[in-house]
Amino acid sequence: MDKNQSTGLLFEISRPGRRAHRVGAPDVPEIPLETLFPGEVLAETPPALPELAELDVVRHFTNLSSKNMAIDCNFYPLGSCTMKYNPKRHERIVALPGFGAIHPLAPDSVSQGILELVYGMQKILAEIAGLPAVSIQPAAGAQGELTALLVAAAYFRHKKDYRTRVLIPDSAHGTNPASAALAGFEAVTVKSRADGLVDFEDLKSKVDNRTAVFMITNPNTLGLFDGQIAEITKLIHDAGGLVYLDGANMNAILGITRPGDFGADMMHYNVHKTFTGPHGAGGPGSGPIAVRDFLEPFLPSPVVVKTNNGYALDFDRSLSIGRVHGFQGNIGVLVRGYAYILTLGPKGLREVSEQAVLNANYLLALLKDAIEVPKGDRCMHEFVASARLLRREKRISAMDICKGLLDHGYHPPTVYFPLVVPEALMMEPTETESKETLEEYAKVFKAILAESAETLHHAPHTLGISRPDEVAAAKTPVLRWKN
Amino acid sequence: MSYVANTASEQKAMLETIGAASVEALFSPIPESLRLRRDLAIPGPFAEQDLTRVMGRIASNNRSVDDLVCFLGGGAYDHFIPAAVDTLSMRSEFYTAYTPYQAEASQGSLQAFYEFQTLICQLTGMDVANASLYDGASAAAEAVLMAMSVTGRQGKIVVAETLHPHARQAISTVLANLGPRIETVPCPGGFLNPTEANLALDDTTACLVVQNPNVLGGLEEMAELAQKAHAKGVLLVASVDPISLGILKKPGDYGADIVIAEGQGLGNPLAYGGPYLGLMACREEFVRKIPGRLIGQTVDRNGKKCFVLTLQTREQHIRREKATSNICTNQGLYALRAAIHLALLGPQGLKETAISCTQKAHYLANKLLASGLVQLEPDRAFFKEFTVKLEASVACKWTPREIVDRMLKEGYLAGYPTGNWLVGKGDCLTIAVTEKRTKGEMDQFVEAFARVANH
Repeated sequence: MDKNQSTGLLFEISRPGRRAHRVGAPDVPEIPLETLFPGEVLAETPPALPELAELDVVRHFTNLSSKNMAIDCNFYPLGSCTMKYNPKRHERIVALPGFGAIHPLAPDSVSQGILELVYGMQKILAEIAGLPAVSIQPAAGAQGELTALLVAAAYFRHKKDYRTRVLIPDSAHGTNPASAALAGFEAVTVKSRADGLVDFEDLKSKVDNRTAVFMITNPNTLGLFDGQIAEITKLIHDAGGLVYLDGANMNAILGITRPGDFGADMMHYNVHKTFTGPHGAGGPGSGPIAVRDFLEPFLPSPVVVKTNNGYALDFDRSLSIGRVHGFQGNIGVLVRGYAYILTLGPKGLREVSEQAVLNANYLLALLKDAIEVPKGDRCMHEFVASARLLRREKRISAMDICKGLLDHGYHPPTVYFPLVVPEALMMEPTETESKETLEEYAKVFKAILAESAETLHHAPHTLGISRPDEVAAAKTPVLRWKN
Repeated sequence: MSYVANTASEQKAMLETIGAASVEALFSPIPESLRLRRDLAIPGPFAEQDLTRVMGRIASNNRSVDDLVCFLGGGAYDHFIPAAVDTLSMRSEFYTAYTPYQAEASQGSLQAFYEFQTLICQLTGMDVANASLYDGASAAAEAVLMAMSVTGRQGKIVVAETLHPHARQAISTVLANLGPRIETVPCPGGFLNPTEANLALDDTTACLVVQNPNVLGGLEEMAELAQKAHAKGVLLVASVDPISLGILKKPGDYGADIVIAEGQGLGNPLAYGGPYLGLMACREEFVRKIPGRLIGQTVDRNGKKCFVLTLQTREQHIRREKATSNICTNQGLYALRAAIHLALLGPQGLKETAISCTQKAHYLANKLLASGLVQLEPDRAFFKEFTVKLEASVACKWTPREIVDRMLKEGYLAGYPTGNWLVGKGDCLTIAVTEKRTKGEMDQFVEAFARVANH
């Protein structure tokens, strides 16, 4: 990345009268707009957008792109985000007109290819989950969570079994309690034990006939598989509740164990993580959900079904919760996920998890003598180190380490999450990184720990900017350019 | 093939460093009784060349708008996308980056999203825009939640029947277990009558949600609706077509409080419904209630101007169950595309696109009316989409669905059977015309329509 390139805002480089895209005059006889519209609805001038030549625009955004770290340029061990390689073949495939230029309201008869793909993806996601019914509609993991909780609420309402609470471990991602509240439930926090797993006794004390759902991330956000899961799911089921699996960490267990087999009744996938839709600097995602057969009637409408005449969108679903997305979901991400799964096949998919876990354990082994890893010396696909002692003894915080890593061309780990570990540094190398990349990173990481606090407090030193004032940004928000 | 770099001997060396006997041993925390001891029953593996063939075959079983002349809209439109939008958004420095949590490593995306927010504010005439939501329908649901939070009113939500039914469904799905009642005001005239709307509004109403142009294509009386809403302390949520703002007044100019839109038309492909782009903008005083990510300008420790994610205290990772929304991942890459698209269009390009859509839509509408086979339903001002009612002589032979199916054989996506969405519109077809259509295509469409209708 070129850190020092100055890149003015579009509006600052705008010059009156400059043009890029031209549409040209319509090839039909023109009718004066004043005769087509009541005068009061017409704007006097078009919106004041920037005025630029095409090269202005191209150079602007190309230069901006050089101010990013990205998987294609940098090792990016951002925990819980599964920053694996995004295969180039997917981009060529998804750009085919037969995927990119098809209309969501076109009759099923001209959409048989995409319906076949979605149907196939529903089956594949059901098989990987061990849960038979799938909706691909949710556009991201958080929307998947909300959708599944709405399904649960509809199910209990249908049974006239009114339940009000969703139980969530304190190590969970913030979307879990936020989704629970949106779905109309009270979010109740369950404690973790010192070793990072669910405190079964605390859970037991909170489970009762008000419990609708227990949400669990397994492997959890500390990168640990909770081996109590069978007892946990039995406890919840005995109380009449449902178990929800947050599938953020599916990269650790593909073909190894299945949520349905360990007792989950519902789950969401993050297709953009596990099945490598590119993250796009924040999206799009894709968050399909898989559920048990008795929850299937409540899934969003439509779902794709196979009929005697091929594939069809089925809207005839009287118990459905309705719709969470304008159309059928983030299809483009699913096309990439489907291509990825087809490329790998069953053995390749299991190899993903095996190698993701191997890489994470290798990195853990390389780092564990240099920094505290409070929850054990083994992990699944990621682990959480803590700068607690470094902070106390050397005044080096987790954030200081992150900023130091930036100077060496590494994207830092996830910091200050999960909340149950002080000064958390969550690292997920993924399966696509090589041994030497991990070794080089570990070497740099250790060298940073040996740097002086003074140096690190001012890091990064080599990028275009250093330590933005976030407090000022929030205190007096400047959220747009103004003339 | 799993894109794994490490060779078998490297893996062995890694295991030795770890002190594990095998990869299998690393999975020992998973009880044996829970292990899957068979292969997943899924297809694959495929080499790249075979994958490309398989996926190509699937794609060829879809008929795209390159094969069929598209007059279908209904919330997803066949607008032209300049090549530079694809080229620039496919810079892998953009598309293989994550959410810009580390500002120093993400100034490119952060500035691009800050520019996006500015462009959306300029476009809508609003003060603040977020860095995107999932799509237009889910943005409608988010807007309603936001209006409840801003007004503190939990009694009801009023929506126009002419709001896209997918947006209406998304609102009712998301509100299913929360307090407010949803009142849908019938629109038998094909638009929301402000007097009727006024009757539905009261001092427990959080917002009035209206789409302009509406689902039939017609214009709503936005200024008067805003006035009626504000008189009762109700927020006006306006769902707009961003392209229409090349010629129509900005929502900020007629008093909208929250503006939402489906941003697909701004440089994003049809792609069978997604990924699309949810736009949201609002007035300054609601800034701490707007959902989704916000990028702010600030300075670094050396006083240099830069950009960061800001006001994160609204968001779920801080506020957890008290957050304004549960949204986390958004549609970053598609917001980037929209920013590039708007930068390429500029004010004149946007205006030309809007005029071209308008003129062509009116050309086709007039030509269809002149054929004597249809009439406008309703006969109101429209932008790029309009609804026609089949004349009795046609309707006695064919339903709109049958006409659409028969027009497919002629090579057209002829429109959407309106009756699927609105009661009392069983004889209607909603037709969209973008700047991409030509006079020749429209002339032939009308000929084909006449052939099919008269058959």
